[in-house]
Formats: sequence, C-alpha cells, structure tokens
Amino acid sequence: MTINEIQDEIINEFSLLDGDMEMTVFYIMELGQKLAVMNEVDKTENNLVKGCQSKVWLAAKLDDGKVFFDGDSNTAITKGLVSLLIRVFSGQKPEAILNSDLYFMHKIRMERFIGTQRSNGFAAMIKQMKLYALAFQTQLTKA
Amino acid sequence: MTATTALDIEKIRLQFPVLHQQVNGKPLIYFDNAATNQKPKQVIDAVVNYYQGYNANIHRGIHTLAEKATKAFETTRHSMQKFVNAKHVEEIIFTRGVTESINLVASTYGRTFLKESDEVIVSGLEHHSNIVPWQMVCEEKKAKLKVIPITEVGEIDMSAYRKLLNAKTKIVAINHASNSLGTINPIKEIIKLAHEVGAVVLIDGAQAAAHLEIDVQDFDCDFYCISSHKMYGPTGAGILYGKKNLLEKMPPYMGGGEMIKDVTFEKTTYNDLPYKFEAGTPNIADVIALNEAVNFINTISKEQIAEYESELLTYATEKLSAIPAVKLIGTAKEKVAVQSFIIEGIHPFDIGQMLDARGIAVRTGHHCTQPLMDRLGVEGTVRASFSVYNTKAEIDELAEGVKRIVNFLKP
Repeated sequence: MTINEIQDEIINEFSLLDGDMEMTVFYIMELGQKLAVMNEVDKTENNLVKGCQSKVWLAAKLDDGKVFFDGDSNTAITKGLVSLLIRVFSGQKPEAILNSDLYFMHKIRMERFIGTQRSNGFAAMIKQMKLYALAFQTQLTKA
Repeated sequence: MTATTALDIEKIRLQFPVLHQQVNGKPLIYFDNAATNQKPKQVIDAVVNYYQGYNANIHRGIHTLAEKATKAFETTRHSMQKFVNAKHVEEIIFTRGVTESINLVASTYGRTFLKESDEVIVSGLEHHSNIVPWQMVCEEKKAKLKVIPITEVGEIDMSAYRKLLNAKTKIVAINHASNSLGTINPIKEIIKLAHEVGAVVLIDGAQAAAHLEIDVQDFDCDFYCISSHKMYGPTGAGILYGKKNLLEKMPPYMGGGEMIKDVTFEKTTYNDLPYKFEAGTPNIADVIALNEAVNFINTISKEQIAEYESELLTYATEKLSAIPAVKLIGTAKEKVAVQSFIIEGIHPFDIGQMLDARGIAVRTGHHCTQPLMDRLGVEGTVRASFSVYNTKAEIDELAEGVKRIVNFLKP
C-alpha cells in the first residue's frame, strides 16, 4: 500500500467513530496496545524523540531499500499516535517518506486530542522519521 | 446523590457562566480549581463595568473618572485588609499574585537582611514559586536553603523542623496549604517556633485564600501572599500582606511612577506604604473586580464554603479509594479539597486525557512541585480539586470515568 492509501484507510476507520471523543481516545490506545513490542535495548537516550512531553522512543532500520520503524512511549495515548505514524511510514521507501504529505492527522482532527503541548511533540516525531528517511536515502545514493 | 449542605449549590452554579457548557459533547465538570477557580458573574461584570464606565488611571488624576477608579481600587485594599484581618490598610500591597509577592520579599527583605551562611527554611511541600526565589537570593548572598522533610502521608515533619531552626535561621517560607496534596500546615506553630529564633515567616496562601479563615494577626506571620485568581477573582492580581515595621525597613522592589515622593537626578525619595511597592500603573480593573470576589466569598461565608468542600473531599476520597487500582497520594489529617491520585501502570497524562474526553477537567503532572514528586517517588499525579460549585454527582462522574480507564487498560 502507498502512504496515501494507508492514510485514507486510517481516515475511514476514524470516521466510523463518529466524532465521539471517548471512543476515539480508547481506539487510539487500542492501536498503541497492538503496536509491535520495541526491544528494550533500543530504548536508549539516543532514540528518545526530543520535544515530546511524554517519553517517545523511535528506532529505524533499512531493509531491502525500505525503512522500518520501531517505537514506544510511556503514555498509552502517545503510543497510539506513534503507532499511526509507524503504520503510515514503515515499509516505505525513503524517497516516498521524504515526499509524503501527511493529511490524515488533519482529517481525523487529531488536534482535538493532542492539544498544543503535544502537537509540538508530534511534529518532532514526524521530523525524526523524515530525518531517518533522509539518512537512509543518502546511504542508498552513495551505494 | 444530594448534598447535605445548607447551601443551594444549584443557585451558586447559576452565578458561574463558564460552568454551563459542553466539553467534548459532555457537560463540563471542572475539577482544576487548585490551578485557578472559575469566576462568578459579579466579578466578570466588575471588570466590564470598569472599562465601560470609569476607566482612568488612579491616584494622580483629579477628574471624576480618576476619582471613581481610585476609590474603587482603594476599596479593594480595605476589603483585603478585612479579608486577612491586617492591622493597617497600608500593610496590603497589590501584586500580580503570589509569585510576585514572594519574589518581592526575597528581592527586598532577603537581599537586604540575608548575610553569608544565614539560613532560609522552606518545606518539601512547596510550589516552585516558593523555592526558586529563595534559591536565587541564597545563591547571591551565599546563604543556605534548608528543607523540612515531609512524612509519607504528606505532612510536614515538625520534629525535623524544630531541629533545623537555629540562630542562623533568618527566613521561613511555608505554604498554608499544599497545592499538590492539599495538606493544611500547622502554620501558627511553625511561625511561633521561627519567631523564637528570631526568623521572619512568609506564608504562601495561594491554596488557602478561598478555603480557610485567614487572620494574619492571630497567625502572627510576617508576610502572607494571596493570588486573586485562586479565590474567584481575576488573574494577574493578588496581594502581599506584610507587617508595617518590616515593610518600612525594606527597600522598594521596582522603581518608577507612583512609588516616589520626589525625583531629582541627584536623589529620589520614596513614597509611603503601600505605594512604595506599587511602581507603575497597577492592574486596576482586576484589583477592582477582586473586591467582588471577596463579596462573593463573604456572602456565602468561608465557614460554609469550607464545610461543603470538606464534604466533597470526603466523598471523593471514598469514591476514588473504592476503585482497587487507585492509590491516593496525600492523605494528611487536615486538608483543603484537593485529592491527588495515581493508578499503577497508567500514566497520569492518559488519565487526564481520557477524563477530558468525558468533559472532566483535572490537572496531571508534577503540579510545579518536582521535589515533592521526587520525595513521593512518583513522576506526577492526577489531581482533582474542588470548589463550592462542584457537586457529588460530578464526583460520581469522575469515579465512573476513572473506572472505565482502569477497566480498559487493566482488564
């Protein structure tokens, strides 16, 4: 699936929640619970995303020309948000990540539940994922 | 569940416009009163009336509007004098709130009278605003900051306090009630013991003003600080009460208009109390409206407010402690209506966010008391704090919300 196809899928899922805040929050946490467990060894100081109010770890690896992300957070809602980003970006080519336009957050009105304090952290996560993609793309070009 | 109080809570609620709204599709339940409480219509009207009817700069003008504004402003000073039972009206200094009041004392009294190796005592229950100003002045004057430890339930360890006091102790700065845990501190005893070694005592009354009787003459405290916005008044206003003889000995805090008697380029003589400490145009509108907050409290009476809030606290404590996963933080014998709690394995942010989804406003985090959180071994707590317009039915909703979170995350 392309990045946009995944985004559309997420938008569709959230539309079923019909704007109910409590159900939406529970759903996000459920997504977090389903996120693949991140290796404890990867939860290093280096992998902490700076600018997040809660702790967010993000690790990435390149496999067969595609980027795969691992992530975790010490808060359930943030973990759910991390899982959405991982779902959108993981398994994509670095170039696709770098050129992506993330519109699903706006469509599912994510600002309702991340608030001003968390939205900076969310932006930091996206930036970090794109930085990984950039590093891998440079690596691929050199090779 | 109906309240047993004699107060007509529904009637009181009608006076608070902000309470009558939906948040995330649910009726707003406001339990973040320790951060700031809501304003009755008479307070809001007072701000509007000032700007619409008699906005003018105070003290200097001779025209009608200036007279009217000055009179209203000084009326609040008199009502705050009564509110804290100060002996003299000039002992009431208007500030932006408790933070500024503490900084004023630290910067003027502290800087003037602290010497190298003198000691300042605070408690482990303090808000950052009653720690950092003292740290700053201690660093500058090479004085030492000493901390009274607290017990498991969140009370000041009085025997440890007695041991800390000595001839070098110059200032003791303690809150009347803790913002994070609600603990009411035995300030009369704390003040008496400090005076025995010749120290002055500043009381941070931020969490007490709306809930407890304040009698600075009975307490015999040297300074008492209040924020208007925590007692149904507007933000950006507050007072510093100080004993007259101390205020007279202290140098001004800021220089500017209003605080002077005569200015030449060679020498400036300062104005009398309280104006010596009120440089510049003050927050006229909000100080005037603070008087209405005092009127609101007095109309109900502090005694009745305290009684009803204590009933809410008891009810909330029962309801929350009945949820197995909930651990109450702060269980002192004497408390204002604040209950902090944690749920093992669930981050306070998540609880706060989930409660917000049900229209319930609580505070999560360290509540500007990081050293206290370290002492209690928690990263932060969820804090529900109650006010006279809250109801037991709202507490039922809180308990229900917490139960749903526990069931979801810890099935």
